[in-house]
Amino acid sequence: MSAGALEHSLPEIALEPAPPEPGRGLFASAGDWFEGLGDWSIFSLRAISGLWSQHLKSRELLRVCVEVGVSSVGVVAVTGLFIGMVLAVQTYSQFHLIGLDTSLGAVIHMSVIRELGPVLAAVMLSGRVGTAMAAQLGTMRVTEQIDAIACLGVDPVKYLVAPRVLGCILMIPLLTVLANAMGVLGSSGICLYVFHIDDFHYWEHTRNFVKRFDLLSGLAKSLVFGGVLSLICCHRGFHCKPGAEGVGKAATEGFVLSFVAIMFLDFVMAMLSTTLANFIWPAVGAKVA
Amino acid sequence: MPDPIIQLLGVSVRFGRQQVLSNVHLNIFAHETLALIGESGCGKSVTLKLIVGLLQPTEGEVRFEGKPLHAMRERELVAMRQRVGFLFQGAALFDSLTVFDNVAFGLRAKGLKRHEDLEPRVRRSLQDVGLTIAAETKMPAELSGGMRKRVGLARALAIEPDVMLYDEPTTGLDPIMTDVINELILQTRAKRPITSVVVTHEMRTVQKVADRVVMLFPQTRLQAHEPQLIYDGPAAGLTTCEDARVRQFVLGEARDRLTDNREAAETA
Repeated sequence: MSAGALEHSLPEIALEPAPPEPGRGLFASAGDWFEGLGDWSIFSLRAISGLWSQHLKSRELLRVCVEVGVSSVGVVAVTGLFIGMVLAVQTYSQFHLIGLDTSLGAVIHMSVIRELGPVLAAVMLSGRVGTAMAAQLGTMRVTEQIDAIACLGVDPVKYLVAPRVLGCILMIPLLTVLANAMGVLGSSGICLYVFHIDDFHYWEHTRNFVKRFDLLSGLAKSLVFGGVLSLICCHRGFHCKPGAEGVGKAATEGFVLSFVAIMFLDFVMAMLSTTLANFIWPAVGAKVA
Repeated sequence: MPDPIIQLLGVSVRFGRQQVLSNVHLNIFAHETLALIGESGCGKSVTLKLIVGLLQPTEGEVRFEGKPLHAMRERELVAMRQRVGFLFQGAALFDSLTVFDNVAFGLRAKGLKRHEDLEPRVRRSLQDVGLTIAAETKMPAELSGGMRKRVGLARALAIEPDVMLYDEPTTGLDPIMTDVINELILQTRAKRPITSVVVTHEMRTVQKVADRVVMLFPQTRLQAHEPQLIYDGPAAGLTTCEDARVRQFVLGEARDRLTDNREAAETA
């Protein structure tokens, strides 16, 4: 049967996008990107306003916190431990060559607490919880459950997204602390018990270089990561296309976009926190540099 | 003639390149049961979603009690929706909630919080659709297709709506369950005055429940400037309608369509 005949016999709505006009593809893509960003911003504001709404239920929040926090403990702990161990193995030989073995603790712990802990916890949360959120909300969109919520006079963004965002924001600092602790444990285990670095100097250097500000800046980052990744994944779920393929695509897009956003925000906040640290404690900044 | 409760004024809807509705004018009057029929893809479900404000028209406007939906504030839109019950095609029950919580959802949204207030209303709604107390604790995954539709109907009716929208209420059900749903639609109307819009393909449902029938024709098969609404009248007039497209749909005749397809294939 030809395309013309098929069109006559199957008049269902075709929702696939039109092919771009020649020469307009780049502008159209940029336009789509800005349109998407604007739509996400409005969606995020609605979700955040839902944090103060009557639709935010403590039972739903508790369920999300358990799903986000308790269920992620194992995977975050294991990856944190191995990241710390790998860092120790990879950096030891370089530092050993120049006789700076005892400085390993300062370097690795600084990296883990400032960067790797928050980023690792956020990426694991994005992969484990964010994709599940996108798939769950996508399925609700496809099966018209989101429309049903709206028809019953409840804002689905406030009802469904607000507890997920709040759950991620509350749980991710705890997961970050866990990732930090496991990273420190893993790297210290390798450095002190495998490479037999002198433990007094190892911890002394750590104490001299890793400050409370580093821990707090890492935790502040994690709060931003938690909010942004949950908003991105929920947004993708809400805008899911019909069918199993649509749900799968929403989950994949949720992970990819939130991963890119985490990396971008990590860079921006690293710049900001370094500038802030140099401004408040110029001597410490010079010492680190 | 009384003022219509719902009006579609020159409504067009477009998804990307695909025009689904084009310049549709439709008035729905209080306390009538309107059946909206037509082939797949002609925009019946889209029309229902326009009425409740889930979709915005590309052109034209939808009015509820004379007030355009696009001019309503969020609070007004919520208040309007709480007067409209919607039975979705697949029932759209919330997977993570029990039958009780599904039915109570709309009541909670209206401000009923205490279990003592909710329980009698939920039980009465479930009984109205022929379900027992035993169903209350079940999850949607444990229900058959017919039961899911009945729970969906109980959820919609629990808020005591002024308008009921049924999106293909009998699709996928066996003939007995189809008749059960038809009877429930009739019972709902008999119990209290309610305006109903029923989107369906089933001619038995149309004959049984509709006061008035409106037929939409798919936009893709219309000539330029042809109206999309090709029939507006009583159910009894469908089989004797002058328009051959209406008679063909009602009688389920596809011979001309196959000939059209072959000609289109040869031309292509």
